[in-house]
Amino acid sequence: MTTSLMTTLMTAASTAPTIHVPHIDYLSILPMVIMLGGALVLMLGSSLTKKMVGVRVGTVVAATVAIAALGAALVQWHQVANHGPSVTIAGAIAFDGFDVFIQIVVSIAVLLSALIGDGYLTRENIEGPEYHVLAMVSASGAMMMGAANDLIVVFLGLEILSIALYVLAAFNHKRAESGEAALKYFVLGSFSSAVFLFGIALTYGATGTTNLPKIADYLALNVVASNGVLLGGLAFLLVGFGFKVAAVPFHMWSPDVYQGAPSPIAGFMASVAKAGAFAALLRVFVTSFPTARADWQPIIWVLAVLSLILGAVVALNQRDLKRMMAYSSINHVGFILLGVEVCSARGVAASLYYLFAYLFLSLGSFAVISVVAGPGDSATDISDYRGLAQRQPLLALAFGVLLLGQAGAPFTTGFLAKLGVIEAAESTQSYVLATVAMATAAVAAFFYLRVAVTMFSPVGRSGAVPTSEDASQQDASQPVPIPSPDASSGDGIASLEVLTDAPPEADVIERGIQPVPPLTATAIGLCVAVTVVFGIIPGPLLDFAQQATLLIVGG
Amino acid sequence: MTATFPYLAVLIAVPAVGAGVVALMPREKVVPWFHEALGVAVAVITLGVAAAEAVSFNSGVGGYQMVSTHTWASDLGIQWAVGIDGISLFLVLLTAVLFPLAMLGARVRRDSKGFIAWLLLLEAGCMGSFVSLDLILFFLFFELTLVPTYFLIGGWGFAQRGYAAIKFFVYTFAGSAFLLVGIVAIAFIHRGQTGVLTFDLQQLMHTHVSGTEGVLLFCAFTIAFAIKAPIFPFHTWLPNTHSDSPVAVAILMIGIMAKIGTYGIIRFDLNLFPQASRTMAPVLLTLAVIGIVYGAMVAGVQKNLKVLLAYSSLASMGFVVLGTFALNPQGLAGGVLQMANHGLISTALFLLVGWVYRRRATWQTSSLKGLQWSAPVLAGCFTVAMLASIGVPGLNGFVGEFLILLGTFVAHRWWAVAATAGVIAAAVYLLWAYQQVFHGEPTEEDVASTPDLRWPERLVVAPIIVLIVALGIFPKPVLDRITPSVNRVVVRVDTVTRTPLSAELRRAQAADEAATAAATTPATALARAEARNSSASSAVGASHRIPGGGR
Repeated sequence: MTTSLMTTLMTAASTAPTIHVPHIDYLSILPMVIMLGGALVLMLGSSLTKKMVGVRVGTVVAATVAIAALGAALVQWHQVANHGPSVTIAGAIAFDGFDVFIQIVVSIAVLLSALIGDGYLTRENIEGPEYHVLAMVSASGAMMMGAANDLIVVFLGLEILSIALYVLAAFNHKRAESGEAALKYFVLGSFSSAVFLFGIALTYGATGTTNLPKIADYLALNVVASNGVLLGGLAFLLVGFGFKVAAVPFHMWSPDVYQGAPSPIAGFMASVAKAGAFAALLRVFVTSFPTARADWQPIIWVLAVLSLILGAVVALNQRDLKRMMAYSSINHVGFILLGVEVCSARGVAASLYYLFAYLFLSLGSFAVISVVAGPGDSATDISDYRGLAQRQPLLALAFGVLLLGQAGAPFTTGFLAKLGVIEAAESTQSYVLATVAMATAAVAAFFYLRVAVTMFSPVGRSGAVPTSEDASQQDASQPVPIPSPDASSGDGIASLEVLTDAPPEADVIERGIQPVPPLTATAIGLCVAVTVVFGIIPGPLLDFAQQATLLIVGG
Repeated sequence: MTATFPYLAVLIAVPAVGAGVVALMPREKVVPWFHEALGVAVAVITLGVAAAEAVSFNSGVGGYQMVSTHTWASDLGIQWAVGIDGISLFLVLLTAVLFPLAMLGARVRRDSKGFIAWLLLLEAGCMGSFVSLDLILFFLFFELTLVPTYFLIGGWGFAQRGYAAIKFFVYTFAGSAFLLVGIVAIAFIHRGQTGVLTFDLQQLMHTHVSGTEGVLLFCAFTIAFAIKAPIFPFHTWLPNTHSDSPVAVAILMIGIMAKIGTYGIIRFDLNLFPQASRTMAPVLLTLAVIGIVYGAMVAGVQKNLKVLLAYSSLASMGFVVLGTFALNPQGLAGGVLQMANHGLISTALFLLVGWVYRRRATWQTSSLKGLQWSAPVLAGCFTVAMLASIGVPGLNGFVGEFLILLGTFVAHRWWAVAATAGVIAAAVYLLWAYQQVFHGEPTEEDVASTPDLRWPERLVVAPIIVLIVALGIFPKPVLDRITPSVNRVVVRVDTVTRTPLSAELRRAQAADEAATAAATTPATALARAEARNSSASSAVGASHRIPGGGR
């Protein structure tokens, strides 16, 4: 009896299909593992302790984890540089310079947003580690998108990234807008996820695989006779990505969500979510579908032009800084799409560099916005910035530099980023695209500078700084007769003057000095330093972005 | 070759570092004029370096001197490439002279620390624009000048300064958007032909551009420069910006930054797109003439002295463009000379008008009367500068305008005739304004509230008046240095457009080659000194053949 059972079992064991555990190169997923592990440890730790875990503990853990992930990514960088790119986990994860670049970008973003979030959480009296836990989980999703070498893994990363972000958007439950923003983001986000998934299904139907290099191989070897299914798949994938990066016309959610979400979270969305989505977009389209580029390039072209123009033009009308930043980020998305449209190593390098530069610009800007917004995270109107240079000159200067960087002023990373994508576009004779992009950059300069002017203009008669002694020469309030010497100068821009120089009297109230927490100050300082230093000494960072793409081609 | 002193890098670095130092100095606990003194000291050091550089400049050589090249960001093809020739030499000197004078002559009463720091950064940007031989480097400096100007107008300007600052920035930035696209386009056309991605002007000059491409690129470049200069009809930012700028910025914007525009046309448009420059010359000449006449007419009806001067400079920059697109040595040399001359003249006028404002707190001609009774020195200085602006012989304005009209008359007769009308109109509106402000019977209060120039003010304006007179009587040292470089540009345009070189140009070319050979071969210092002498003499020979050149 026993023997027969044993025999049966043994026969069953020998005939049952053995499950091959694919070889896992743990180094290749180390930053992801660290990030996710950190989140789990923090969550577990906080549920095991009796007292509520303080904000500072969460910040320290998150910062440590981010630094550890950054360290792991740097080890990866050496590994890739010395041994070349590879794939692992049955070809689902790519381990190349591109991947490592994204790991580094995301790690830095997590570090910065942990520092920024600390001040925010303290000010808003939000206890508990959830902010940091969710940020780390979300970041691990972005990292996965950077490493994904398979459409299914891209989708996994996308969902991990998004679900954590839905919660983060609603994080400040004391604010009604926060909940509204989260709901919008959730509904549209899950809708776009579904579209994306459908795109994957169609692509699988057309090519028989979801593995990115295999798709490319299949398309290179076979001519798809009736390629409706493939094109449908491509289109749905593009729509899904379009939602995630907030490219026009899939951008509707982003201004509302940025405005409603807590300021540090908006910065996190602008940097990490975009980095992850663009990483996957670049890898999917440049690696898998280069043969079908004639089909998707025109679509990207249109998306880029629409994003550039709409982002810049609509931002002109925004009085709320966070909405303005949302539209400005749509404009930046247009620039990054330029690099995608090119579909070459130069284009990928330019897009990566742009992402890297924009990470610091956007996180730094949202950090300043978060500080100025004050308790309740509500003072985000442009009039709240009036006289900031008098109250807090350093903060105003930092914001000024970040805004100029976004405008693409020389000797900032913002300029080199724009130069890079313009070069990439013109390397394939996309002169129209390049011209449109630069023209919108000029339009965008207008609204960045409007904020700068507002910050640097004195508060006026009720102002704290005595200007009466300057009355004879410099006082703004002196009724100097203004000539209108040229009729042709009364163009459309003149109407915007109302926004900059003539605030309603109610706006000219004394605003108190908002304290800048030291950790937030560190983060802002870091962002400004990176923006300026790498703007003047661009070599290292450019090489970095360049190498990140040399390896993708080999992979 | 012995290692030479890197004058040009130092010229950019001194004000840039100075700006940083001033910005780091404490605001309180120092004497109130501490930052200004520090700023002036930095500007004077810069002037010293510029003077030393001018002395070691080899006058007979038309090509670039003191060239230095370093890789900067190789992936994007950007390099640090600076050099100077006769065209940029005097613009550099002008920059070095005007900045300390503007700091001393147009002081602000509030937050002089920030003011001085931004001014020094602006000086670095202007210097960089004039010496860059790499297109992206030029673009960087070109854009860099916007940032301090923007903050200077926004922070220290008059009533509508915020609007003025934004308008200025966005107009110029919009122009430079096209410039950047154009720069990158020519670099990639060049890469298509040679396989090398570079923005080096001297290499890009050899790019072959087809007719249509050339015209499009020419337009992309020229729009940016035309906004900066400004050239009609891209001048609409000028009146707003000027009426609300602090005086120092008005001085520098007209005196120096406007010149970056016309300098850019000569340096980049003519060198990179000779064919297109010739094709488009009638358009630019027409715009220049319209600018001259329109500027004079609008200036004639202005009641605000500052805006009047702004429109008058629209007319003057029209002359520079006119001379440039005559595309012959006389016109071009006149244009370059006029840039330097106009820089000096407009500075003097703006300084004096600024001092009138300091006394009377008005720019309006209607509320000023009889200033010459209470402020004779001010009136005298204004007279000299005004006459120079009108183009009275014996003062510097005449030399440049004469050469421009001469060159234009040879090449395009009717444009020159029309522009001459502008010269007459300039006399009308300036004398008119002078009459209103300085003549007539002042009231008792007017006399009491308008003291004459104080000694510090006299010392500031004196060097400019001296230069205005000196260059009017003896322009030869300047023309000797401008001419070989200008000839090179004309030779290049003529060669590419297959226009036969005139005998005069061929002789000048030979002299230039001889001087260049002499300057590059010597092994010892003695030999180099001899070469300089011989090249100088041959350059004199060359310039004498240009009508009006040395006379």
